[in-house]
Amino acid sequence: MSKPYNNKAWWFVLPVFVLVAFSAIIPLMTVVNYSIQDTFGNNVFYWAGLEWFQEVLASDRFHNALGRNLLFSTIILAIEIPLGIAIALTLPKKGFWVPVCLVLMALPLLIPWNVVGTIWQVFGRADIGLLGHTLMSLGVDYNYATNIFDAWATIVVMDVWHWTSLVVLLCYAGLVSIPEAYYQAARIDGASKWSVFKYIQLPKIKRVLLIAVLLRFMDSFMIYTEPFVLTGGGPGNSTTFLSIDLVKTAIGQFDLGPAAAMSLIYFLIILLLSWVFYTVMENYGAEKSDPRVEQD
Amino acid sequence: MNLSWMAWTKPTAIFFLTIVVLLILMGLWEAVKPGGGPRVGILRFETTRGDRLFLSLLGSAFIHLAWLGLVGPNLWWALGVSLIYAVLVFNLV
Repeated sequence: MSKPYNNKAWWFVLPVFVLVAFSAIIPLMTVVNYSIQDTFGNNVFYWAGLEWFQEVLASDRFHNALGRNLLFSTIILAIEIPLGIAIALTLPKKGFWVPVCLVLMALPLLIPWNVVGTIWQVFGRADIGLLGHTLMSLGVDYNYATNIFDAWATIVVMDVWHWTSLVVLLCYAGLVSIPEAYYQAARIDGASKWSVFKYIQLPKIKRVLLIAVLLRFMDSFMIYTEPFVLTGGGPGNSTTFLSIDLVKTAIGQFDLGPAAAMSLIYFLIILLLSWVFYTVMENYGAEKSDPRVEQD
Repeated sequence: MNLSWMAWTKPTAIFFLTIVVLLILMGLWEAVKPGGGPRVGILRFETTRGDRLFLSLLGSAFIHLAWLGLVGPNLWWALGVSLIYAVLVFNLV
């Protein structure tokens, strides 16, 4: 065969490209243009050169918000991925309870982000909220509006409640697609539950797990609505993530130039980390796991 | 169509034109030598020409940012370092 594939198939990608151009590429070009200019409105722009980039790169405010984002994403991945796998492993694979469990799991995903923030805002209040009132009656001095640890704990628990289901559903889809023959072979070999998980289930759900890690990383790194509704970035700036800082800069202060420069740096960090996650899980994970499956 | 809201400038137009030209050149390269030129380089996993271009552009962006943050606003040196980096990526990765 002289040609490995038919390049004419690229024409089918054209509609998607046009859509992405309107929804992503043109806005991105505009952000690049704004990042080197200053404006006071009415489409009048003044050349600023690299000033905004220098300002953002030297800004403690940006460094702190970036640190909070990295910490938050690390905590979220460390909790949601193992918890999601564990729940997916315990879900029934057939029978009456399958649709019941799947619908229950999908419910938090159907709630809009701002509603999630509002639910937890009310839930955590000491005067009318079930969580806040219960903790206070147990003698725990809980107040997410004034205590930094309480604010972080509430946001983390809220995100775990909202998004672990996504990891569960993805892992569950991967688990039910494993042919029964693998389990039969494992039973014949007398494999323990841990060995079945390590050498059959985990390698087989690697692809969906990759998608889950990428989605949860990108979503948690871009988190905005829930903490904004719950804490408004406080107490102080303790829950001001990059996205909240960005909106404050762009819309609150109408500093479009610095906000554009911050957006581009933010975008590049997400792009780099997503590429690293994808590459590590796609290449190095495959080398380690697949040969062992063959051996078993 | 009024595109004044996009606030185009000559440097940003040159920047995006360069990206478009690079993509066209990569397309032509693919037409001449189809298959993407996959190989295993120093990262010890398979990369294609597209991967190498992506790595070159992403790395160059960070080289420019690092230069701006650590050295100063004269980015011609950063551009030179980025070009060397891109050549290395295309040859070794």
